Amino acid sequence: MNHRARTALFLVGGLGLLCFYVWGLHGLPGFGHYPGPYGDLINSLTVFERHATDAVTAVNFDYRGFDTLGEEFILFASVMGANLLLRKQKDDREEDPPLDQAEDRVVPPTSDAVRVTGLALVLPIVVFGLYTISHGQLTPGGGFQGGVILASMPLIIYLCGDYKSFDHVTSHVLSEITEALGAGGYAIAGLISIMFGLNYLTNFIPLGQTGDVLSSGTILLISVLTGLEVAGGLVVLMISFFRQSLVYRKTDEESRGPR
Amino acid sequence: MSQAAGEFLRMLPFLVAAWLFVVGLYGIVTSRHLVHLIMCLVVVQTSTYLLLLGVGYKIGAAAPIFADIPVGTPAVDPVTHALMLTDIVVEATVMALLLALAIQAEERAGSVDPEQLRIMRG
Amino acid sequence: MIVLQAGILLFVGVVGTAVVFTRNPLNQVIGLTFYGLLMALMFFIFQAPDVAFSQIVIGAVVLPLMVLLTLAKLKVKEQSRK
Repeated sequence: MNHRARTALFLVGGLGLLCFYVWGLHGLPGFGHYPGPYGDLINSLTVFERHATDAVTAVNFDYRGFDTLGEEFILFASVMGANLLLRKQKDDREEDPPLDQAEDRVVPPTSDAVRVTGLALVLPIVVFGLYTISHGQLTPGGGFQGGVILASMPLIIYLCGDYKSFDHVTSHVLSEITEALGAGGYAIAGLISIMFGLNYLTNFIPLGQTGDVLSSGTILLISVLTGLEVAGGLVVLMISFFRQSLVYRKTDEESRGPR
Repeated sequence: MSQAAGEFLRMLPFLVAAWLFVVGLYGIVTSRHLVHLIMCLVVVQTSTYLLLLGVGYKIGAAAPIFADIPVGTPAVDPVTHALMLTDIVVEATVMALLLALAIQAEERAGSVDPEQLRIMRG
Repeated sequence: MIVLQAGILLFVGVVGTAVVFTRNPLNQVIGLTFYGLLMALMFFIFQAPDVAFSQIVIGAVVLPLMVLLTLAKLKVKEQSRK
């Protein structure tokens, strides 16, 4: 079936899908008239039951904590799959390095202003990432967002410097260990509840006072572990992608950046 | 007239979500480059976020964070927000997996065009 | 407020359609980054700060990075094949 026939067939099918979809959506309660009991129930109970003021994080890591455990393992498996696909394989053709088509043109080094800005941003990014992870139960934030912010620190170093500095800062083994600790730690945190005689992933840490950082029991612990896992996973992903795509060229005196 | 306008506003996020879904599917079906296909898949995923957002919203309500507002104030549904949040992070890693697959497909079959990937070499 | 919400929803629909109809992947990445930031703005307008946080970080940092690296790798392979 050639391209045109396939497009024509899709247009017919797509139009039908759109009509049925809109007909189905018509049956939903209108936009803005939220009827259901669960949202209101959780909003009224979060602060009293869990001493956590951020209802979304409480739902994520406590009320629906088992769901989030599954999602975290999806993340883990995807990173593992991408890493597996991008490894150096035995029958990978040893390609000639791409032809340098402009040999007399010098790559201008990164300007000093950019390098200083990158360096100055490293510490605020790390502090902000740690703040977001640890204050997940009080203000918008949590493990997922803070983990990605932490993982953007090596990225800033790469963007404002070169691949060599990125390579210095990151370590494949350490990132993999961090990721594994985060993912396994979440599962084990649930098992500790079983040791106390409660159900899996029930809260076992004393709840503390609303508004403190050290409050809400297991929400803080799980948030930290998730942040470690997401940060480690994204750094591993970045390392695999960089190793694949960048051809690293060394001249005699010094090594330039990737081409 | 205002009845029709009210009806339109009542359904607007859902209509936009349905439209984005079908347009993204069209992009996937008629794509000529694997990376273009993957980015159209991202558009399809954003249509589901819009649907979830529309389902949980309450007119005139605040965000479900009670750090500075008293507990009784009407707030939107936090469960749909939790679903969207993990969904966004998982989307990124699944895209990474698909991009790695695209690189491998180019290596094995020699082309990045889905139309020319059909012949499987044994 | 309702005008703002309706306006941004229509804008999101239009930009999403434009992203799909951009055939060149390199141009599409720029469009996708803008689309991600627009979705984050929409999440803010709809009272969802957590989700907006997540969308900014993923849609403007991680996703364009990976797509650009994939495109670079594919171009390197294509050039070495020639």
